[in-house]
Amino acid sequence: MNKETEEKQQLLQAPSPAGVVVSRKSALIWLIPSTIIVLAFLIAPAIWTLILGLTNYRLTGVEAASPQFVGLENFTNALTDPDFLNSIRVTVLFVLGSAVFGQALLGFLIAWTIRDLAPKYRSAIELVVILAWIIPSSVVTFLWIAMLNGPEGTLNTILGIDTEWFLEYPLLSIIVFNIWRGTAFSMLLSSAALASVPPSFLQTARLAGASNWQILRDVVLPSIKGYLITNLLLITLWTFNDFTPFLLTGGGPGGKTETVPVFIYQEALRFLELGYGSAIAAIALAINFVIAMFYLRSSRKNAAS
Amino acid sequence: MTQATVKIQKVLKERSVRAYLNRVLFVFIIVSLITFFVLPMLWLFTAPFDASPSLHLEMPDWTLNNFREMVENPYALRSIGNSFILAGGTVLIVLIAGAPAAYVLSRARFRGRDTALYILLLFSSIVTGSAAMVPLFFITLQLGLIDSYIGTILVLTGGLLPASIFILKDFTDTIPRSFEESARVFGANSFQMLRDVVAPVIRPGLAVIAVWAFVNVWSNFLLPFILLRSPSKSPAAVVMYSFYTDGGQAIIRVIAAFSIVYTIPVLLAYLFVNRRYGFRFYGGIKG
Amino acid sequence: MRISKSKTAISASLLAGAMVLAGCSSSEESASDEATTDGGGEAVAGETIELEIGANAVRGGKNEQAATWIEDYIIPTCTAELAANGKNVSIVFNGRGIDDEDFKSQLALDVSSGGGPDLMNIDGIWVGEFAEAGYTKPLTEFSADADSWEGWDQIAPAVQANMSYNGDLYGVSSGTDGRVVYFNKTLFEQAGLPTDWQPTSWEEILEAGRALQALPDVTPIQVNAGVAMGEATTMQGYLPLLAGVGTRVYDEGNSTWNGDTQATRDVLGFYSTLFTESLSNPDLQVLQDGRDRSFQEFAEGTIGILIEGDYFWRSVIEPTVGNFPMPDRDATVGYAKIPAQTPGSGLNGQDFVSMSGGGGYVLNPNTEAPQEAWELLACMNSKDATLAFVGDVPRITQRADVNSQILSGDPMLSFVANEVLPITAYRPGFAIYPQVSVAMQDASEDVVNGSSADEAAAGFGAAVTELAGPEAVTNN
Repeated sequence: MNKETEEKQQLLQAPSPAGVVVSRKSALIWLIPSTIIVLAFLIAPAIWTLILGLTNYRLTGVEAASPQFVGLENFTNALTDPDFLNSIRVTVLFVLGSAVFGQALLGFLIAWTIRDLAPKYRSAIELVVILAWIIPSSVVTFLWIAMLNGPEGTLNTILGIDTEWFLEYPLLSIIVFNIWRGTAFSMLLSSAALASVPPSFLQTARLAGASNWQILRDVVLPSIKGYLITNLLLITLWTFNDFTPFLLTGGGPGGKTETVPVFIYQEALRFLELGYGSAIAAIALAINFVIAMFYLRSSRKNAAS
Repeated sequence: MTQATVKIQKVLKERSVRAYLNRVLFVFIIVSLITFFVLPMLWLFTAPFDASPSLHLEMPDWTLNNFREMVENPYALRSIGNSFILAGGTVLIVLIAGAPAAYVLSRARFRGRDTALYILLLFSSIVTGSAAMVPLFFITLQLGLIDSYIGTILVLTGGLLPASIFILKDFTDTIPRSFEESARVFGANSFQMLRDVVAPVIRPGLAVIAVWAFVNVWSNFLLPFILLRSPSKSPAAVVMYSFYTDGGQAIIRVIAAFSIVYTIPVLLAYLFVNRRYGFRFYGGIKG
Repeated sequence: MRISKSKTAISASLLAGAMVLAGCSSSEESASDEATTDGGGEAVAGETIELEIGANAVRGGKNEQAATWIEDYIIPTCTAELAANGKNVSIVFNGRGIDDEDFKSQLALDVSSGGGPDLMNIDGIWVGEFAEAGYTKPLTEFSADADSWEGWDQIAPAVQANMSYNGDLYGVSSGTDGRVVYFNKTLFEQAGLPTDWQPTSWEEILEAGRALQALPDVTPIQVNAGVAMGEATTMQGYLPLLAGVGTRVYDEGNSTWNGDTQATRDVLGFYSTLFTESLSNPDLQVLQDGRDRSFQEFAEGTIGILIEGDYFWRSVIEPTVGNFPMPDRDATVGYAKIPAQTPGSGLNGQDFVSMSGGGGYVLNPNTEAPQEAWELLACMNSKDATLAFVGDVPRITQRADVNSQILSGDPMLSFVANEVLPITAYRPGFAIYPQVSVAMQDASEDVVNGSSADEAAAGFGAAVTELAGPEAVTNN
């Protein structure tokens, strides 16, 4: 035993081999299962959908029996379709309001506030926030209808008013709903990010007499910028493509809460206009792509600095 | 009393006033947060036990009858079992396919790696939307997998893999290579490396992905609706929409009871994982 | 550049080809026996033929009455009946309870890929788009016996027409309905109005509404409008009004859709009056659950006049099994025929109008046993089967012999069967009808939100022209 340990120690002290630690053959083998699944069930249907966007395919009607290639007609129609343009406007507001300024901010605020709390209190608060995210979508729908329903919804009862929230403040209602629903992810990510700040940084700053706010601004935020950017990217994409508000408002009243995924749903599953719906999905993809590139650039810049 | 002492006392008093105000603010924030999150959930704890529940919060007319009525529905409980099969199966395959892939992508550097991952991430948003309905249906049909658990599981996995790999890869990035390099020195082959060195360290990451995937599939209506036909295979998300009277009125008694039964498993799954592995991102190496 | 372009073109055509092929070829052997069947066996005498019935109904949930009827009556009875004719069949029913539109998508997906149930329960307005897509065919293409079925004599021509397209019969209607004007007799008394009211013009309805305005906390009139109520707006609101000015949605003679015409402006003008004079509650038209609320408010006595179908009488305010039961329904609720705008201005010169709808079963071209599928369909629409479906709660069926037997004890349903059905109209079975319907809902919602009738009509005309093409729309 002693001789073995000695040998191992000698080996440890030897310079470690550089480069990839896994053999190329193993790496390829390990990639196989996910590659197959991704090719068959992600890439193939996605490309097929994009191609459908070039046709006038419908699920019923004569365009189902013999769909025609219509080139870019769906795209030009979309760009002049007032309902589609409205859905983009609604989505931008929805994403800015609930993801960027809502979930990300609130998630970070929670993570920052509870960071030094005793573990059992901290777990309790985290549980409550995570529960909002775990409860299944169809159940959450009923919870929030009960909450915001006028005239006897929970919120109205507490405030003593009888506002029809889904009617008078539809966009605000779904924004608040989405913040409630999705903050858990940002909170967890922020918590992890905060935990990654070396304690020595914080100690030094505190010894130097910095206030909480200054510590936050000058020490913490710069260290975790990378995490925050990743967080913002994911929740922006997820919120942009989130369909759940439909369950609350059906896209109404009058299209005021018709986000792009809801619009696609109406076109694809109600009007069965799959060609047009796919073209819209392609445009949404392009928008997502621009957003992703924007974040990628920011994170590269951040990594470089 | 010197001027300095007076000044020090004043500063100390200000500090303690400020500290006190800080504390009040702190408590206020915590209470507001908890209220904000808990308030909408209250319905879930009152309506299922209410003999005549409606869509607002009220003191329930305590009863357990709703549960009996729900159990009498031939598909209610079975659908929860189906949800388990779909969610559990998807988690399994996501982990088995995703973890090794995330590891390789984390360690290997090749051009376009990041861009490829971003493109897959973007594609996953198409494939989880309504427009991809027909392509998904036809592909699954050609593979002979319509109305099968495994077909639905595979399609669900396809949509979840990019984000899972993305998150797991970020997680693995935080682990320095020295561990693996030492293990290599000890003569570990790749498989042992994965199992004995990498897996234990990224276990919290796996736990996060497992819960995230489970929750996602548990809620998913669109894919099972497109790919499953037998009522005996329908998951809870789909069956929930059938609790309507002949005339199209929602049967709130059954919906409420079903809601709480539908929620409990996923809650237990989270609690279990949190206790065993900790539900955190980038738990990483200590010290 | 050139190479990649042709590569894209090739792969695009390959994929498109795959799509078409997928549509043409039959589905592969599916893992489970119960799924996308296209008739499990050959139609050879002596062997068992599997026939699947597809309907959006499930035991314990949506449309439960239909589900239990199929499982408990149809399957045993029709299996026996076909066996008596030497056909061994195994009838399968996969219940489900989802949104009707989603059900339509499921059927379309299944049939387009070569599968689908042998008998499909679809709404009458889907017949056109299913026929055009090749998802169903005229009954005579399945069996030569279809024309000589005894049931046709018992089903009124207009009711038959609900399940036909381009003059061919594609299926058999499963019942029908009619729309009437309901009013609350108690409120009428309080407002000094007659309790045996039968309005003869739109103006009389508005007059009654104005009288009801004097009552506190009462919404005088509810005529469905807006997109949230979907087809309920079209069927209970827009179309009865349109019929009341003598116009159809689609003019068979000219092969044109009705666009921005005087008729449309009159219909929207009526809506406009309702909201500008505060005779109706605009909120009900835009809320997600607005229709349910209107039912609740009528049941509670806070709505005076409501245009709805007979379904409202027998399913919503029914004293024992209704969703919003009115124990004193028979004494409190009156019903009357919907008047034309003025006497004689309705369709066919009628003084009164109504609209009817309903669905029925059609047959799947992918079936492997067309003759047996037809026989099953005939069995399901026999007199006995129809009686079995109705059970204890009378409703209007497609067969006159059944109606005369079961409705005699129910004055309101007899009223509908005898006085409303003869004057009713049906919606055109064209593929674009659902989208035209949405255009009508949009136009009414514009009026609710304050647009003038002329503006809304212009918008409607533009929308229909966009859908059908300028040559197929009348705009004047």
